[in-house]
Amino acid sequence: MSQERLELFEVFVRSRRGLDHKHVGSLHAEDHEQALEYARDCYTRRSEGVSIWVVRSRDICASQEEDSECFFDPSDDKPYRLASYYKLPDPVDNM
Amino acid sequence: MKTTADETRLEQRFQQRIEQEQKIEPKDWMPDGYRKSLIRQISQHAHSEVIGMQPEGNFITRAPSLRRKAVLLSKVQDEGGHGLYLYSAAETLGTPRSELIAALQSGEAKYASIFNYPTQSWGDIGAIGWLVDGAAIVNQISLQRTSYGPYARGMVRICKEESFHQRQGYEIMIALAHGSPAQKRMAQDSLNRFYWPALMMFGPHDSESAHSARSMQWKIKRETNDDLRQKFIDQTVPQIEYLGLQHPDSEISWNEARGHYDHGEIDWNEFYAVINGNGHCNRQRITHHIRAHEDGAWVRDAITAHNEKLRKRAQQVA
Amino acid sequence: MSENELKQATLDYALRLGDDSLVLGQRISEWVSNGPFLEEDIAYGNVALDYIGRARMFYGYAAELDGERSEDDFAYLRDEREFRNFLMLELPRGDFAFSQMRQLLVDLYNTLFLAVLVASNDQTLAAIAAKAIKETRYHLRRSREWVVRLGDGTEESHRRAQNALDELWGYGHELFEMDALEQRLADCGIGVDTSLLRERWRSMLSEVLAEARLTMPEDGWAVRGGRAGYHTENLGHLLTELQFIHRAYPGCRW
Repeated sequence: MSQERLELFEVFVRSRRGLDHKHVGSLHAEDHEQALEYARDCYTRRSEGVSIWVVRSRDICASQEEDSECFFDPSDDKPYRLASYYKLPDPVDNM
Repeated sequence: MKTTADETRLEQRFQQRIEQEQKIEPKDWMPDGYRKSLIRQISQHAHSEVIGMQPEGNFITRAPSLRRKAVLLSKVQDEGGHGLYLYSAAETLGTPRSELIAALQSGEAKYASIFNYPTQSWGDIGAIGWLVDGAAIVNQISLQRTSYGPYARGMVRICKEESFHQRQGYEIMIALAHGSPAQKRMAQDSLNRFYWPALMMFGPHDSESAHSARSMQWKIKRETNDDLRQKFIDQTVPQIEYLGLQHPDSEISWNEARGHYDHGEIDWNEFYAVINGNGHCNRQRITHHIRAHEDGAWVRDAITAHNEKLRKRAQQVA
Repeated sequence: MSENELKQATLDYALRLGDDSLVLGQRISEWVSNGPFLEEDIAYGNVALDYIGRARMFYGYAAELDGERSEDDFAYLRDEREFRNFLMLELPRGDFAFSQMRQLLVDLYNTLFLAVLVASNDQTLAAIAAKAIKETRYHLRRSREWVVRLGDGTEESHRRAQNALDELWGYGHELFEMDALEQRLADCGIGVDTSLLRERWRSMLSEVLAEARLTMPEDGWAVRGGRAGYHTENLGHLLTELQFIHRAYPGCRW
């Protein structure tokens, strides 16, 4: 019997103007066009969106856990990039 | 090649994450048993949503008002959507949906046994929304805190959508319970038939549950079967009272000391009989799923062939 | 036309459009849990929902004009002979090719029909059309793509799509035939003169069929009568199922 051989797509929805597109899940479709339509029907049944992106899952390149030390740990020692690092006197602390 | 030392270090980090209530995400290292448990539980959950479309779908064409028809149709369609969210979460663990579905159809994977009960009257549609979705929500609210990220996020989404499911079911029950004598009998009959199976949805007692302890340790499950069941029993008593229907459990009584309702024992023989294939609809549900899948085979072939043709034509032009 | 006559004619017209929507919506809803894969199940369910919603809007308006009967009275308490839907819509759902081909014929028709109705002198009909036209634009996008995929897919899907078209063709003519009621309403700018839509419909259809490698059938046969309550045997069974519970417990609220 024929298995389903559709491709896996990741779906991103912008819920309101002014917000980012957010990953909401995935679905199976033959091509981008169909993926967009199914995303509309499967992920925005309650008018959750004003814009949809679909991306082939295999086109996403993800950082790996093995990389996480060299990717993300180095910024741990740069607290001076954060506003909270700088202690200012109370009268001007709303800066 | 990973050494044993590497494995141990990874395992420690995994366990640490679990203990610190951090979510596990798809690309993270995870013990094989954790992955398998998750695939089993999430796919079983997905199958339940999809098979669950059938008993209620049974009444879409017969819904007694147009408003009810629209509500039921959107509800059953939501179940399909929830199945999709869950398959999508299961696929992040590396098992394609086609494999999960093959396991459902071969009987290797399970789905919630509640859907092996037949829907026989409009009251059953009310009772399912109210009790079956109600029980599912109690479980799913707890699962919003499950340790696997994609599963937890799927649960958040599903819980948000399902509160309407339970409310529409209860609204049906209100209309029936406050309606004609025949409607009231219908409501009582449906409550009687679906109350106990709804309690069984939480699974066997904790002492009997095969996967429970491990799943709790990994924080896949967050509360025990019996605790969740008690929650559901407690919340349902006043709802039955409001309808003016008789409680199907003659032993139900408030226990001041425990702060919970005491209740009669579930008929576990029935539970296992239905799980083991003796429900009214076990065969029907799977046969239906296989038939729809087989009927769709030529459609799926057609889209693949069409896309192939487009690709070839594009190459010829290029 | 006197004011009363006009009101009655508009009511009848709204009922016809309501019947079209309900009968097709009912047929499409049969696909729930029967689709070729999950995404399509959910998507086609949305189309069914749009049609049930449309039926409620048209019946709701009819109820308003009638003053006594409700939307459910129209849906559940009329018999086969009183229904005025096009015959094409009551045919059994058939296979997926049949349903999508019917959907294409209907979606093309509705695209043209609603574009005129949206400018109706009757504000309620115009408002319903304004909502429906957006839905139909999406339905057409889907059915068009499906017919192309199936027509230009495998040998089997091509055969099924062509068969569906051939089987449906004779039911298409009545979509463009006007009776006295429709003519009167078209004349006063309330209804749509569907006879004017036919050529455009054919040319839009032939574009899709060309892309789908399908052949437009010859105009050999025609079955008509839906607007006069002269139905195929399928409608009675559809209504039996639709109306059973409502009629088994008369006078109840649900």
